[in-house]
Amino acid sequence: MTDQKPFVDIRNAQKSYGSLEVLKDISLQVQRGQIVAIIGPSGSGKSTLLRAINDLDPLTGGEVWLEDMQINRKLPHRQYEAHINQVRQDIGMVFQHFNLFPHLSVRGNITLAPRLLKHLSEAEANALAEEQLEKVGMLDRIDYFPSRLSGGQKQRVAIARALAMKPKVMLFDEATSALDPELVDEVNQVMKKLAEEHMTMIIVTHEMGFAESVCDRVLFMDQGVVVEEGPPEVIFRDPQNERTRNFLRKHLEGSNR
Amino acid sequence: MDFELMLRVYPFFLKAALVTIELSVLTALLGLACGALGAAARLSRLSALRWIGAAYVSLIRGTPALIQLFLLYFGGPQIGIQLDAFSAGVIGLGVNIGAYMTETIRGAIVAVDKGQTEAARTLGLSRWQAMRKVVIPQAARLMVRPLGVNINALIKGTALVAPISVIELTYTAQRYIGSTYKPFEMFMISGALYMVIIYVTGHGVAWLDRRVRIA
Repeated sequence: MTDQKPFVDIRNAQKSYGSLEVLKDISLQVQRGQIVAIIGPSGSGKSTLLRAINDLDPLTGGEVWLEDMQINRKLPHRQYEAHINQVRQDIGMVFQHFNLFPHLSVRGNITLAPRLLKHLSEAEANALAEEQLEKVGMLDRIDYFPSRLSGGQKQRVAIARALAMKPKVMLFDEATSALDPELVDEVNQVMKKLAEEHMTMIIVTHEMGFAESVCDRVLFMDQGVVVEEGPPEVIFRDPQNERTRNFLRKHLEGSNR
Repeated sequence: MDFELMLRVYPFFLKAALVTIELSVLTALLGLACGALGAAARLSRLSALRWIGAAYVSLIRGTPALIQLFLLYFGGPQIGIQLDAFSAGVIGLGVNIGAYMTETIRGAIVAVDKGQTEAARTLGLSRWQAMRKVVIPQAARLMVRPLGVNINALIKGTALVAPISVIELTYTAQRYIGSTYKPFEMFMISGALYMVIIYVTGHGVAWLDRRVRIA
């Protein structure tokens, strides 16, 4: 790792629901252009950590920074809302269940936020939608409604929707977990393309092969702590921790069955 | 059955039906306004507003509409609220049905998947923008039919204003019974006209429901 200032900086993140500690003092630094995968069993806190970055799941302790801006600042409600709405424009997020807006066409899904928040004209917003859809290979479906798309297509549109805000970082929360196996690859291809364009990405995933081929760094989380982290070739080929080995072994057995 | 009598008096019932329709339309509009405000209060971030919304719903649903109406019309003057019968009917019934509509509207809004709000907020939309552009358009589709049920109940509920002498369908039946001593015929005419109003409204709701589903 370089000693450059981190782009995304999570410092001593803690999160608890009542007496249940979901995140126990986690720190994570991500450099600009870096791609980090977070893996681990369900309930390990990996999604919670990801969702803390844009404050969808606010932390109970610790700080999250994007460049020079603290995301989870303590502010009075109104000021905080204005602040977080601004910050979130810079953080794209892709969900497991796509969360496309079913009452809007593909075009409407993509242009909604840029028109509302960046006050683009209709023509500008359309051009933007076309550009982003071209990138994810969905331009021919611009006037479709989400209900007529396959899961893989929906997720590609969801990625285009996030990219249309020109985010500085992209968060992927198990973006391929809800997809039929034959549809996973088209989404992975889009994510690879983003990687080649040096988009900063933090990816919660169960796709070990994808994590290994695309990511610069892998975190293995379990029970609210980072058990082990390192370059993918180390984590996947030569994990040092017993829990990491167990998890990967089980995962391999699971996917070979 | 005395058909000849029925034919002779039914024009007066048609006039009364117009009053029932007018009463229903105004009550529905007031009810929708109360329902929208009530739902907004019940879903508010502020606990005081949530409490007010909950109190409104439980007070109204916990007491008979007839008592509410009497309280307003007969009890109102005692505390300085002087209303003519028709206005008291619209306000009493509108505020009453508004409590049921509050629950209908709230239910439709919370039925929209939480992921929709999350996706909108993640893009940078404010709470209100997410509500207006993403949640409410989807909730609107879910609430057409249940609001139709509320409106059906409200139309039949307009009969409750007969005791405070609004000259609508039920009152008119009672009045003509007084002079003809033919309750069967008179209630048959009123009942048939209620049915026509409800039938037409029901089809209107079904039509609207189909429209919003296609859009």
